[in-house]
Amino acid sequence: MARTEDEGQAPSEGDWRREYWRRNLRLMLTLLCVWFIVPFGGGVLFVEQLNQVSFGGYPLGFWIAQQGSIYTFLVLILIYAVRMDRLDDKFGVSERDEEGQRR
Amino acid sequence: MSNIQVWTLVFIILSFGTYIFIAWRSRVAETEGFYVAGHGIPTVANGAAIAADWMSAASFISMAGLIAFLGSDGSVYLMGWTGGYVLLAMLIAPYLRKWGKFTVPEFVGDRYSEFVRTVAAGAAIIISFTYVVGQMNGGGIVFSRFLNINITGGVIIAAGIIFTYAVLGGMKGITWTQVAQYTVLIVAYLIPAVAVAQLVTGIPIPQVSFGQILDELNALSAEFGLDRYTEAFTARPMIDIFLVTLTLMIGTAGLPHVIIRFYTTKTVRGSRYSAFWALLFIALLYTTAPAVGAFTKFNLLEGVQGKSVDALPQWIENWSGTGLVTIAPDATTIESVSNSADAGADLTINNDILVLASPEIAGLPAPIVGLVAAGGMAAAMSTAAGLLLVISSSVSHDFYFRRFRKTADDRERLLVGRVAMGGAVVVAVIAGINPPAFVAQVVAFAFGLAACSFFPAIVLGVFWKRCNDKGAAAGMLAGLVVTISYMIYTLEVFGTAENEHILSISPEAIGAIGAAVNFIVAIIVSKATTPPPKHLEEMVESLRYPAARRTPATGTTSEPPPEQDVS
Repeated sequence: MARTEDEGQAPSEGDWRREYWRRNLRLMLTLLCVWFIVPFGGGVLFVEQLNQVSFGGYPLGFWIAQQGSIYTFLVLILIYAVRMDRLDDKFGVSERDEEGQRR
Repeated sequence: MSNIQVWTLVFIILSFGTYIFIAWRSRVAETEGFYVAGHGIPTVANGAAIAADWMSAASFISMAGLIAFLGSDGSVYLMGWTGGYVLLAMLIAPYLRKWGKFTVPEFVGDRYSEFVRTVAAGAAIIISFTYVVGQMNGGGIVFSRFLNINITGGVIIAAGIIFTYAVLGGMKGITWTQVAQYTVLIVAYLIPAVAVAQLVTGIPIPQVSFGQILDELNALSAEFGLDRYTEAFTARPMIDIFLVTLTLMIGTAGLPHVIIRFYTTKTVRGSRYSAFWALLFIALLYTTAPAVGAFTKFNLLEGVQGKSVDALPQWIENWSGTGLVTIAPDATTIESVSNSADAGADLTINNDILVLASPEIAGLPAPIVGLVAAGGMAAAMSTAAGLLLVISSSVSHDFYFRRFRKTADDRERLLVGRVAMGGAVVVAVIAGINPPAFVAQVVAFAFGLAACSFFPAIVLGVFWKRCNDKGAAAGMLAGLVVTISYMIYTLEVFGTAENEHILSISPEAIGAIGAAVNFIVAIIVSKATTPPPKHLEEMVESLRYPAARRTPATGTTSEPPPEQDVS
């Protein structure tokens, strides 16, 4: 999805930009894999096999489809937001006012 | 007036009074306030507003009922209508907030071309309009059941309130009333759910306790000749479940009235956390809904099983006046229950009443029933207001001022925005009272349309600099053509015949395929034509970084939080 740019020596201005964007994409794609696997794997494709397992009174596949996926989505967004805060700070692109406080 | 009506009236008047008060406090004087609340809404409040904007009359009134009758396959709505927020948080919200203007068509216009903007504005109006008619009608149903006002009167009252705060306060007024409406609707949803969970299982957390009744519910369903509740793929085959879920997710991330809610935060960072808060607030209702569905179905089946027709519970008589509960004329004892009139069951129950009737089904007191009515109204009105804003901004900002009056001062822009809002409310009232026949069919497909048009254009616009205006336009048109023609092919709308589903893919599921077609066509056409000009590449580049780079800060900034594991 990202623009393919060769990894050769670029001027330092472009370097941090490319590095920031590459890390953002890596984080995003990792989390999106989980986003795909949990509901579509656990809640749709393998739901019948997982339903053989009981999870606190629920058939496991049914629980993933009606409860677990939603909790997963929440955790994924939280991880993304927290990690991106850290990435923004590391590369000095977080939004701060003159005193360096978060806006 | 019955006890329930008095309590309903009390809650409706209290909540409507609050909305008007908030609207007066947050009236605006500039277009920036009118369209994007001055980019000044705090993160948590914005999350609550997104949640109210998003959860419509359908989520509040219909969803649990749908799940009750669909069982396991009702999961498509639960996963589909929440999973889109992950896409919004990672692929769309931060970048569109960084760009920082007013509407979704405006973004694709800036990124691609005026032509794409016009196509997008047209799509935004059609999607939002079909959606808003359903809200108006939903509000009318609540009024007619609880206050014995006819649907026309109900729609007009609800629209009058929306008109007041939407025209006065634009996005700012809408946002702050949505925060209040979220509070009303979630309290109204949770109290009966918790009470029912406590009554049936003794554990007051519905998310945890509905597992306890699933075995009994499966057995009970079997006695009525229904499918086992937890059995997957009874209503739809696997491929269809997969694609419907994906369509709803992509569609959620492409709906203009949801996307613009991320423009109102103060910062790019705020838009990411808004997505988190929004999904947290939405999850409160969405994890409760399957419990409400299971408990209500359990209570319903247990309450009527083998009863003779004249010994049925009181709530059935209360609701039969709306025509949403019917008993077959030849029935003597209740042996079958269905949600479809065609099934010829002894007792036919419309999906829409299960939530509204759930306090009565469980025998809860009158104030709670009244509260649920106010909650249903809050859900319908908050979504309607958000949609009306999209319609008004598309008409005024993307059509009128782009095509006819390119130079206008702020006063005129604000005035035209308000007039467009007023016009949209009037049209919505007329259509809400007499829904055009095709609307009921089409509203369920707004997600497919959003999935196949906006989502790919925006994502490619941010993540692929090489994507040009011809690619985006061709992609959007191809996606829309595939999606709409399949809907017309499989549905009886606009006087066309209904055809068999191809590969058992239902019309609700086609949006995901339309989106894939959009992506592929956009990439091929972009590659075959000239790259976008330099200034657009620079625009895309600037979207990707929340702020201009400071020289690495030392000491003044807070310490980064301690390292934690991603898994």
